[in-house]
Amino acid sequence: MMANQTYQAQSPVNFSTRVDKVGRRPMIASAIKGIVAIIIAFIMLIPVIWMGMTAFKSLSDAVSVPPKVFFTPTVEGFVNLFTQQRQLTDAEVAQYQERTDLNWAEQLVLQRQKTIIGQSQFAGQLLNSLIIAGASTIFSVIFAVLSAYAFSRFEIPGKDDLLFFILSQRMLPAVVVTVPIFLMYRQLGLYDTHIGMIFLYTSFNLSFAVWLLKGFIDEIPKEYEEAALVDGYTRLQAFRKVVLPQAVTGIAATTVFSLIFSWNEYAFALMLTSDRARTAPPSIPLILGTGGIEWSTIAAGSMLFLIPVVIVTFILRKHLLRGVTFGAIRKG
Amino acid sequence: MATIELKQVEKKFGESYAVKPLDMTINSGEFIVLLGPSGCGKTTTLRMISGLEAVTSGNILFDGKDVTWLHPSARDIAFVFQFFALYSHLSARENIAFPLQAQGVKREEINQRVKAVAEMLKIEHVLNARPGALSGGDQQRVALARALVRQPAAFLMDEPLGALDAEFRESMRAEIKQLHLKQNATTVYVTHDQVEAMAMGDRIVVMSNAVVQQAATPSEVYHNPANLFVARFIGSPGMNLIQGTYQAGKIQLPGSNVMTVPEAWKQTLDSKLPADGKVIVGFRPEAVEVAADGEIHSTTYASDLHGGYTMLHLQLDRDVIVHARAAREMRYQLSETVRFNVQPNMVRFFHPETEAALQNGSHTT
Repeated sequence: MMANQTYQAQSPVNFSTRVDKVGRRPMIASAIKGIVAIIIAFIMLIPVIWMGMTAFKSLSDAVSVPPKVFFTPTVEGFVNLFTQQRQLTDAEVAQYQERTDLNWAEQLVLQRQKTIIGQSQFAGQLLNSLIIAGASTIFSVIFAVLSAYAFSRFEIPGKDDLLFFILSQRMLPAVVVTVPIFLMYRQLGLYDTHIGMIFLYTSFNLSFAVWLLKGFIDEIPKEYEEAALVDGYTRLQAFRKVVLPQAVTGIAATTVFSLIFSWNEYAFALMLTSDRARTAPPSIPLILGTGGIEWSTIAAGSMLFLIPVVIVTFILRKHLLRGVTFGAIRKG
Repeated sequence: MATIELKQVEKKFGESYAVKPLDMTINSGEFIVLLGPSGCGKTTTLRMISGLEAVTSGNILFDGKDVTWLHPSARDIAFVFQFFALYSHLSARENIAFPLQAQGVKREEINQRVKAVAEMLKIEHVLNARPGALSGGDQQRVALARALVRQPAAFLMDEPLGALDAEFRESMRAEIKQLHLKQNATTVYVTHDQVEAMAMGDRIVVMSNAVVQQAATPSEVYHNPANLFVARFIGSPGMNLIQGTYQAGKIQLPGSNVMTVPEAWKQTLDSKLPADGKVIVGFRPEAVEVAADGEIHSTTYASDLHGGYTMLHLQLDRDVIVHARAAREMRYQLSETVRFNVQPNMVRFFHPETEAALQNGSHTT
């Protein structure tokens, strides 16, 4: 700094003249850091990139050995994903090739001697996933915020036991209870219903969400609400106006964790749903083509399946960065 | 402005007392300081007045009206917290307006009142900033503004300066005092800092172990502590307290010293002490008068320069050390013999078992 001031007497220097600060070594160090980060990110992303590439490969490119890095992209996989097709006889193929009323998708499948006979169930299953995962996430976060607040702030008889009980819900491997739940759901008419799945995922998420949010709410000094209480607000108003805005980080983190669980859940979805409420995860591996496994179709399904979670995480990323570093809320 | 009365108010957590049954009247416009070490029940008392803590039994009256079971929001009080409790998601202006919005005050009036209070506290320039961007002092001013803007019946402050650094604390102390003089609002102020208590309080309520030890003006608490706890707790260092044995107008002190009891106290000591004549003699460091012909002999143990004065540590016996405040130009060698007298009107006597101060009915302060 001193160096700066003496220079300024003669001519203004608008950059730091301290050689030790802008020297070669720090620049090299930061460049190395950047390169290492890029390499690690690339290694982590290889499966995702691979999946993305496969989704745009043709059926034959997808299984070629050695794998093709450069290929002609096609949306064949996506068309297969959303449609049901029928194999054409040679005579039919010739007949179809002369028709001029075919749309681009029909022309595409014609190259494989097939024709589109209707929509597949995948769009519906993706919608089921959205409804079930979305609703169960919203419910679990709402209930968890309320109960975490209660556990954090009030004297509740048997509080520790209750909290342990809630946590213990998570100790049992899910697979162990699938059969009893299956039998229960069949009796109760909840089998293969959206409500049944929302109910199940909500209760599964709650235990984790309550604990996570309790940690966050514990970190909010209770003086905040007390200040609101003496300022003339009711307990509920204080909760809404003071606690919720302060807990936004925790709520965002809980939302993402709950969403990821509900969105990815496989075992229960496989056991407890069939046609009406089947979600995407158990459907994707069942996409089997007629002539071998259609990898590009599966990759297309996986990619579409990935997008909603990526969007939500991206929207909430600002809060998440603080949210996953627990206890980062400064007191006072 | 309200008069606050506590009638046999007590608070138990499980089986242990946080506050033992307590009677107290806080007059309208009075500045009361609850003073005591941490865990003495002073904050619990304040929180019971605010309604944030429910009483176990007893009654709290505001202007004669029983508010014991009223919700905090219905008591018309303002509370200033140690850690300010400013909402970090709101700007300073919105923080100050927050209590007014609860009352449904019109927007123009809110703006006007926020502006007025901001001017009074000189924080107009930070109104648009978030609390996180403010200095500690400004945060506390915003917290005070949030309390003041309400014009409540009483202010309750829980160590409002505790989180500030020493330099700020001094100036904020003066600001709060100044505000109180302007507003003349009933204020209950909790602190563990006796300097703060002495400087600010119209009356100090000294608490310890869930019990009020003494409630009196700062000078009364300082010069006539009600018991040994108050004598030790108030003042830095606290009162010199020396165990002695009284007999016929003289007290035997450690180190074969003898102290003549002032005439005004003889009758009291004759009648009120236990049969063996055990007594505790108390006097403040400034009551010590070093004199060549002083009646008490001691040796210097240490001598600290404080700039304005010199604090002497005088050893009467191996374990008995007296603090004495001497003129700043005085210099002493270690282990030098020093003789001193205690100013007769500044000596106090305490019962060794009850630890209560003895009264002779003619205190001078």
